Amino acid sequence: MTLLDALIAIPAAGFLITLLLPRDNPGLVRNFTLFVSLVVFLLSLGLIGPVQENPGVMHFETNVPWIDYPAIRYHVGVDGMSLWLIILSTLLTPICILVSWNYIQKRVKEFYAFLLLLLAGVTGVFVALDLFLFYVFWEVSLVPMYFLIGVWGHDRRIYAAVKFFLFTMAGSVLMLGAIIVLYLKGGSFDLPFLLDSMAKGGLVLNPGQQFWMFLAFFVAFAVKVPLFPLHTWLPDAHGEAPTAGSIMLASVLLKLGAYGLVRVCLPLFPRVARENADWIIGLAIIGIIYGALVAMVQPNMKRLVAYSSVSHLGFVVLGIFSFTQIGLDGAVYQMLNHGISTGALFMLVGYLYERRHSLEIADFGGVSSVAPWLSVMFVVTTLASIGLPLLNNFVGEYLVLQGAAQVNFTYAVFAAIGVILSACYMLWLVQRTFYGETPHEVAHHMKDFNAREWATMLPLLALMVWMGVYSQSFIPAITASNSRTLDMTRQSAVASQPQAPGPLARLKEIFHVR
Amino acid sequence: MPDFSLPAAVPISWYLILSAVLFTLGIAGFLLRRSIITVFMSIELMLNAVNLTFVTFSYKLKAVDGHIFTFFVMVVAAAEAAVGLAIILTVFRNRSTLEIDEVNSLKL
Amino acid sequence: MHQLWLIPAFPLLGFLINGIFGKKFSKRAVSLFAVGSVLLSFLWVVKTLMAISPLETLYTEHYFTWIASGAALNIGFDLSVDRLTSVMLLVVTGIGSLIHIYATGYMAHEPGPNHGGYYRFFSYLNLFMFFMLILVLAANYLLLFVGWEGVGLCSYLLIGFYFVKKSATNAGIKAFVVNRIGDFGFSLAIFLIFIQFGSLDFQKVFAQAGGLADEVQAGVITATCLLLMVGAAGKSAQVPLYVWLPDAMEGPTPVSALIHAATMVTAGVYMVARSAPLFNHAPIAMEVVAVIGLLTAVMAATIGMTQNDIKKVYAYSTVSQLGYMFLACGVGAYSAGIYHVMTHAFFKALLFLGAGSVIHALQGEQDLRNMGGLRSKIPVTFLTLLCASLAIAGFPYTSGFMSKDEILVAAHHHSPAMFWIGVITASMTAFYVWRALFLCFFGRYRGSAHPHESPLVITLPLGVLALLSILGGFFRVPVWLEPVLGKAPEGHDPALVIISVAAGLIGIFLAWLFYVAKPGLPDTFARALKGLYTLVYNKYFVDEAYDAVIIRPVVDGSRTVLWKGFDVGVVDGIVNGVGSVSRGVGGILRTLQGGSIRNYAALTLLGAVLVLAAVAFTGGAQ
Repeated sequence: MTLLDALIAIPAAGFLITLLLPRDNPGLVRNFTLFVSLVVFLLSLGLIGPVQENPGVMHFETNVPWIDYPAIRYHVGVDGMSLWLIILSTLLTPICILVSWNYIQKRVKEFYAFLLLLLAGVTGVFVALDLFLFYVFWEVSLVPMYFLIGVWGHDRRIYAAVKFFLFTMAGSVLMLGAIIVLYLKGGSFDLPFLLDSMAKGGLVLNPGQQFWMFLAFFVAFAVKVPLFPLHTWLPDAHGEAPTAGSIMLASVLLKLGAYGLVRVCLPLFPRVARENADWIIGLAIIGIIYGALVAMVQPNMKRLVAYSSVSHLGFVVLGIFSFTQIGLDGAVYQMLNHGISTGALFMLVGYLYERRHSLEIADFGGVSSVAPWLSVMFVVTTLASIGLPLLNNFVGEYLVLQGAAQVNFTYAVFAAIGVILSACYMLWLVQRTFYGETPHEVAHHMKDFNAREWATMLPLLALMVWMGVYSQSFIPAITASNSRTLDMTRQSAVASQPQAPGPLARLKEIFHVR
Repeated sequence: MPDFSLPAAVPISWYLILSAVLFTLGIAGFLLRRSIITVFMSIELMLNAVNLTFVTFSYKLKAVDGHIFTFFVMVVAAAEAAVGLAIILTVFRNRSTLEIDEVNSLKL
Repeated sequence: MHQLWLIPAFPLLGFLINGIFGKKFSKRAVSLFAVGSVLLSFLWVVKTLMAISPLETLYTEHYFTWIASGAALNIGFDLSVDRLTSVMLLVVTGIGSLIHIYATGYMAHEPGPNHGGYYRFFSYLNLFMFFMLILVLAANYLLLFVGWEGVGLCSYLLIGFYFVKKSATNAGIKAFVVNRIGDFGFSLAIFLIFIQFGSLDFQKVFAQAGGLADEVQAGVITATCLLLMVGAAGKSAQVPLYVWLPDAMEGPTPVSALIHAATMVTAGVYMVARSAPLFNHAPIAMEVVAVIGLLTAVMAATIGMTQNDIKKVYAYSTVSQLGYMFLACGVGAYSAGIYHVMTHAFFKALLFLGAGSVIHALQGEQDLRNMGGLRSKIPVTFLTLLCASLAIAGFPYTSGFMSKDEILVAAHHHSPAMFWIGVITASMTAFYVWRALFLCFFGRYRGSAHPHESPLVITLPLGVLALLSILGGFFRVPVWLEPVLGKAPEGHDPALVIISVAAGLIGIFLAWLFYVAKPGLPDTFARALKGLYTLVYNKYFVDEAYDAVIIRPVVDGSRTVLWKGFDVGVVDGIVNGVGSVSRGVGGILRTLQGGSIRNYAALTLLGAVLVLAAVAFTGGAQ
């Protein structure tokens, strides 16, 4: 059993043990799950060293048969791209447990157990190299989130949970279909094997098959990302989910979709992906602007942040489908950034909710006067989220936009509008929540951070600064992994690539002169 | 004048007809009777009807499989009777009735 | 290595110390860290500049790789200095130090440490210094952009410093968002530069700028420069993005002096001058820069003539003077532009600080109509403001005269029409600045406060700046900058000088006539030109137009069409529609599953019979 297996097995075992703990001792449950999640986090840090030595290839691989027929294997491994996503998940789980410390008062045991199961599930998705295993973990991660929303959510939680479930399920059924077709054609669920067999000509798909299978995978991932117009489950899910649920949903679950696009969609269907990049980028850019505009007019904080996620994840898709090294690196980095900064935003909104028992922006005002540190942290997180340089999101956004600009300057022009709009909606939120006169209800309930809340905030704050100032700790691993992915997409697309354009053609391209 | 003389051996069809009659009685009892006990007995009747068919074909085909299956069914039926009667007793104790339509929810 | 990084590091340290622990410090300790850090930074600037001289080429220090992706993109955290930088560094840290000292006096009445106003103010101010120094020292466009956005952030925080006031936070947001629109252009320019040159380092980009094919120069470089100009227009408050600067006067007065007069708003000019090697290959873009500069200068000057808030008058004057600087850059006299940046920093900082001293003396009164006759009550402030007003009006041999003269001569060289418009603007400038001076210090006192002279921490910086405003022109910046920015157009025509001086004097005379000699005249004029006056007094209704044409439609459209219409109506409508159809079908099928075992059994039987019948009819499996 490698370290990687342990990262899945420990939370899964923790999930089972938590369920066996006595119901009437919530303190024990909290401490136990916190301990488990911290152990997992510390263990996950052990991945960094070995993977960074050669991040382009898989490390900690385990490849053993699971089911004989059909041949499903337990095949897992980690490379430079999945490395940081795993660490993001393992980092956020203890934070989520701390965040929920006082907030969750009913069915405590089940809540924390589900958080651990969720961690096992998402880690599994990030490491699975067998498509069927990937699908299994994908579904495993879906179930605990369904319950987190449905049981511990706000008033319309059932509606939101069902909507979340149906959207994701509809996508994953398509994915399952495509996986099975792929198995029937290629004779294996094993992703590296399939890729190898495609490269060597053993597995040949005609363009029609490629297109439909690509579409099936793409829709499954696009729902999760979420890509416009498949995003409408997200505001409801976020609006109703408990704080920890929102954090995990935004920071980790949304990344599953983007991860799937890079890990599965691009390498398996490189040509179709390139051919369809235009309209997908179109949707991504619409999502960037649309998400920002709709976020601007939301009266509810969580829904506002949720729509801002639609906008941010648009950048990720834009970067992925730019098919440039810079854009793809930016996209993956942006996944991490969004996980940190939007996770922190949801956490802070959760803290506001715990104090004021409302998510309506209109119920707030003047929080700065009574809870200065909370306000400072919120503003810093906001600034990170709107891409202020020296904080994390800027690096990702810059890379994505630079990558997009290299493909087609128009993309960058429209996507950059999203950067303007992000300042509008976030600063307006800050103004209405933190500035102005302090109403009596706010002054009465609002306390500043306590030690536990600091403990959840400081790691995220440190990461925001670190990732913004010294991105070289993170990006080289991502670059190595992405350049391999890009090589794979290039091999089969060489024929359809035009020659490198001369300066005049380049100019026409930049200004879209035909 | 019809021939009322019996054949030398009982033909296969007679067994099968008897089996079908028993099975139909079982179904009718299952569908129409209200008492749990009677419904239960009807199920046993159906099982035995099937047993009869098994034995018949086993005899006819000179193969022992039918017998083996019959024993299986009898074992299952016995177990079912034990468990079933226990459940029926408990139901009666809790609900003071054996009307099948009255017992329509798992929780009291 | 000359440890350039220490220059911004000092204010950053001051920011961190005051920001994190300032709450527990006394005001004296806060001031010590805040002023001390900036002074140290100033001293370090002086020391390094002396050590590195002659600074004729860019001296760069590389610290670490900031962003890299693959082999293609590698952006370092690099700082550099040359002569252009040196001027900016000295202005920023020098004026910055003076304003920090001034602020310790001006902000002394802010609620004490526990209420947070005082330490918060100084930590923001230090943070601003940090970002401004990064902006100036950056060795590549992306790091320049860091400082660029960073100063915008600090401007936002400081404008909204009195965050309980709605108008203050509104102004902060307006400043940030309008700046973001400019930054949008700037960032697109950065993308283009990287695509074209494969690097963002100044040295690499400028080295390649000359060697490009003609059509690339005409297209890409022009586009890049125009986009850079969009960025500069946002930061330096040029038409059409100037609207945030007057509102920015909501911030405390030292902020207006430091950020919105002396340093941050000149960043656009610095950026254009820094990019001179690019602009020189884009004549169309330069023409645009000059025209925008001139247009801004005229437009802001006209508005400035009608404003009654003393800080607003100076704010429009700042916009107008920034227009001059862009005019200079646009006609190729970058060094004259930077020269004016410096002298403007002297006299405009002084004007604002003096205005602050007046406001301080009058316990917060900013309306010129409620001032008057303060000459004798606050003499030091009066004298220093007099110096500044002389300088901005272009009185011979004051600093403003020297730099404005350079600009106007260069403009004449480029196009006489521009010169004449510039001269008329100069006259208007003299008029409104002296109008403010007369309204404030002459006549009889029209307010109700009890004016008192400000303390030494306030008057000392005023004195230093007054000296600089008068004599600062003798730092011959254009000569110093020749190795970096090239020679300014030659040909000093004495006639031009006389014309511009005369224009200034006419402005002063008219102001004297209107507001001292014949105080009834302004109203007569206002009545006679009612329509025009209303238009100008309301700043050409630009804010209202933006609100009606852009902001309202976007917000309302997002709410009704996008959110309620598309999101809730269309997408959710489809999803819920699918849901209710399934539910309807389910409702019908549900009756089959009533929970009655007997029904199930009967249906099972029915099914079995049907299957058997089917088998019987088809003859069964053979």
